[in-house]
Amino acid sequence: MRRALFWLLVAALVAWSVFPFVYAALTSLKTGSALFDPRLFPFTPAWDNYLAVFREQPFGRNILNSALVAAATVALSLGLAVWAAYALARVRFRGRGLLLLTVLGVSMFPPVAVLSGLFELVRALGLYNGLGALVLSYLIFTLPFTVWVLTTFMRELPVELEEAALVDGASPAQVVVRVFLPLMGPALVATGLLAFIAAWNEFLFALTFTLSNHVRTVPVAIALITGASGYELPWGNIMAASVTVTLPLVALVLVFQRRIVAGLAAGAVKG
Amino acid sequence: MATPSTLRRRRLGEAWLFLSPMLAVLALVAGWPLLRTLWFGLTDARLDDLGGARFVGLANFVLLAGDPVWWRAVWNTLWFTVVSVGAETVLGLAVALLLHAPFRGRGLVRAAVLIPWAIPTIVSAKMWAWMLNDQFGVVNEGLLGLGLIAEPLAWTADPDLAMWAVIVVDVWKTTPFMALLILAALQMVPGECYEAARIDGVGPLTVLWRVTLPLIRPAVVVAVVFRGLDSLRVFDLIYVLTSNAEATMSMSVYARQQLIDFQEVGVGSAASMLLFLIIAVLTVVTVTAGRLDLEGRSGR
Repeated sequence: MRRALFWLLVAALVAWSVFPFVYAALTSLKTGSALFDPRLFPFTPAWDNYLAVFREQPFGRNILNSALVAAATVALSLGLAVWAAYALARVRFRGRGLLLLTVLGVSMFPPVAVLSGLFELVRALGLYNGLGALVLSYLIFTLPFTVWVLTTFMRELPVELEEAALVDGASPAQVVVRVFLPLMGPALVATGLLAFIAAWNEFLFALTFTLSNHVRTVPVAIALITGASGYELPWGNIMAASVTVTLPLVALVLVFQRRIVAGLAAGAVKG
Repeated sequence: MATPSTLRRRRLGEAWLFLSPMLAVLALVAGWPLLRTLWFGLTDARLDDLGGARFVGLANFVLLAGDPVWWRAVWNTLWFTVVSVGAETVLGLAVALLLHAPFRGRGLVRAAVLIPWAIPTIVSAKMWAWMLNDQFGVVNEGLLGLGLIAEPLAWTADPDLAMWAVIVVDVWKTTPFMALLILAALQMVPGECYEAARIDGVGPLTVLWRVTLPLIRPAVVVAVVFRGLDSLRVFDLIYVLTSNAEATMSMSVYARQQLIDFQEVGVGSAASMLLFLIIAVLTVVTVTAGRLDLEGRSGR
């Protein structure tokens, strides 16, 4: 009896988590009048919506934009954060706590609080309506996050590691590259992945700093899909686009489940 | 011959050298824009003429204080934060307890639970907008079929229902985050604690209330604070699900509408500064009250 109740709860949990995505996938395979019939069965899958999304708008280009912006943001964040994290985790100096607090504080910023200032900056740098504007603005949330997580990670490594290298006459830069980087593979993958997802999903800056269809990233492109008439939203297309960009993320989550959980737990501050 | 003090000085110099690129970038993309927004909040700047902004003192804040739409946005944001974070905490705890029990296929269930978290907010908003569609939505169809409602409801358009629709979608999307953080804390509780309680013949509910909850409380508090600060700046979900409707407008949505749609950079910046202040005060209070281990003293 208790066993049955337990499995019922587990089944309900899985259904609640998965149903919206499954329903979206089923909708994306329906066309014409079948789309407006909420019943799921019977139906024959049709790929028309997927073809339409890529034909009626530069959706392939949007995906490429998102991938480029997210990859560049992750590369820059990790490149800057590894060095900063070494200094914050391994060198004692006055003001270190305050500095970490500032970094953490920046990650709490409501993005709208920097919107007008960034708008001005982006225009002054000539980046408006370009992907550079997005990479620049995404560093606001990816950089503090990567610095924080990598600092927490580096702190846990034993002191003897670098002492041996420093005694042998290695410079700190060599210590970072030769000693720490090889050990940080898992941490870099986890933080990089989370930063990538955050950049891939960002909406407010992407909506505000881009104007033309071919510069837009995926979230903005999906949010702005409208029908020919302007009254009827083309739900089939929207669901096809949604499934297209979500499948890779779902796959990533299934593969990297453990590392993501570890990264999230580290990012959420050890109290 | 290098003395320890020159070595130490060199090490400090190198530390700052390593830190400076990161600090320079943060100052450029976060510090400077924040100061500019603060300044714009005290001017009559318009989007098409940022250079021609004139200082107007606190006029924008006075204007906000007299705008019922702003107060509605403040109320909406607070209501949204309290209700959705509350629901997420309770549900997250339940999910975590469920996933903490050993059973076959647990890894698979845990991965399934993570799916809503991985789906972009915009996509989940669109998926739910379709499911909640008043004419063709599966939610109305299901509720009609079960006889729970007499006629289809306009979930996202009806001002009385729209906020609930937003909250349901947010709870769906972010409960996994909460559940995983709580699960991580549950796994840290040493087995002896339960063992001792079991030997003493204490019932499972009492164990949960007296043993488990007090032990995982710090982790839950951290998770609640993070989610709370995140909810206060909510934008994407509300903007996509209900657009600029007043019934669900959050402070971020209000600020962006002023800034971009109305081109009123002064008013919009003032509104975003108020949101920033609320979040900053709450962050400082939490960090001070929680005495976070910033120096990593316990570790070394």
